[in-house]
Amino acid sequence: MSETEAQNLCHELLEHVRRLPGGKSIDRCIQCGTCTASCPTSGAMRYGPRQTLAALRAGMLDRVLKSNTPWLCTSCYSCTVRCPAKIPFTDVMYELKRLAVKHKLYPRRNTGSAMVRSFAEVVSTYGRNAETALVGKYYLRTNPLNLIGQLPMALKLLAKRRLEFLPHKIKGIDGLRNMLDAVENGEAKQ
Amino acid sequence: MTENLTFAYYPGCSAAATNRAYDVSTRSVARAMDIGLEELDDWNCCGASAYVSVDEKRAGVLCARNLALAEKAGKDLTAICSGCFVVLRKTNKHLADDPKFAAAVQKALAAGGMSYTGSVKVRHFLDIVVNDAGEAAVRGRVTRPLAGLKVAPYYGCEVGRPFSEVDDPEEPRMMDDLIRWLGAEAVPFPLKAKCCGGMMMTTQPSIGRRLSGLVLQSARDAGADCIITACPLCQINLEAYQGAISRKLHADCRIGVLYFTQLMGAAFGLDEAQLALKDCITPVESVLSRKGA
Repeated sequence: MSETEAQNLCHELLEHVRRLPGGKSIDRCIQCGTCTASCPTSGAMRYGPRQTLAALRAGMLDRVLKSNTPWLCTSCYSCTVRCPAKIPFTDVMYELKRLAVKHKLYPRRNTGSAMVRSFAEVVSTYGRNAETALVGKYYLRTNPLNLIGQLPMALKLLAKRRLEFLPHKIKGIDGLRNMLDAVENGEAKQ
Repeated sequence: MTENLTFAYYPGCSAAATNRAYDVSTRSVARAMDIGLEELDDWNCCGASAYVSVDEKRAGVLCARNLALAEKAGKDLTAICSGCFVVLRKTNKHLADDPKFAAAVQKALAAGGMSYTGSVKVRHFLDIVVNDAGEAAVRGRVTRPLAGLKVAPYYGCEVGRPFSEVDDPEEPRMMDDLIRWLGAEAVPFPLKAKCCGGMMMTTQPSIGRRLSGLVLQSARDAGADCIITACPLCQINLEAYQGAISRKLHADCRIGVLYFTQLMGAAFGLDEAQLALKDCITPVESVLSRKGA
């Protein structure tokens, strides 16, 4: 990715984040690191939350987008409630995930992006999540062989009547699809 | 005192099978307490934390359709899944605070013949039990006080965060109070509001198992007989992988995990079928019968 493209990505992200409720506070980051210290998964991230904000300011967002960072956010909101500058960092992570999906910048065989894309497809099809359809799609995207490893868990849940085989389609699915189709590229059609 | 409590009820997708026990026990407990729950007709998925990771406005539309259905029913909306609760509540607030977002979502709703004016409140069922029904109503319904039972109240992330108007984001207390009202003991539980790993249990099993394992160890170290949760994803993460987690952390992490509604029902003297206790993978029935009553 060229430097200009990377700068454009930063610009796009900043513009989106500033539009979020409370998003303008992103400019008030003092790099204190409370977010990273509060994050349950920052130890496994290539760039922690504090570094991610620093990278954003330095115009190096492409590195973060191509890393595992956005996909290790569990959406626990610890950073958001503790940030002394009141930056809704969980929402910044969501924005990073959306940008990575939109520009296909997630790492190869990345599991987090495969999961959210599979989830969105299942919900757009049926109107509800269906665990078996979701798990099927997800493992086909990542590693189909891992489906075999899921068998013991599936049997355990089956014995407890906790496994649903047939997806439930909502009655109003046509109306819902019309609604989702009325939103184009994340923007409402004019 | 609870006769006017009637809500549009949002069970959430996982209630159909994986976490049927939460739905069953919620309906039983609500009936016992005269809290009216009318299932939202033809509700759809809230989008969870996944759909909004792909498309913010379409995720908003998913929530708005449910809010519009509740508005049409003329009731506030209650969710039992902490994930559904946060996503629906957050979108409701986003619609109120951001006119541009609201306009785009309204336009999409109209394409499906629906509209939403913003009149619905989104509540967690735990909040309704503890803060609307309240202590006297709960205590008044207890027929089998759970004396001697030590319970670890696991809140996870999305009961108290990011909306700290519902409970404290660091030191939530709703389930601690509830446990005492049922005659049991709420143990001090340092990791009660830490993350269970959420979807990481599938996408990053090593991280998910570690996070859930730390929570299980914290509850066991606190001397708890069992853990209660208010979220289906937390419940299955904490309950279904205890063997693998124990091997990974080289420590015995086995402990019963049930929903707060199942614990309430046990103290109310409701039978096994009304609480779907047999759906639990961990031996919660023996925990409850060994102690309580």
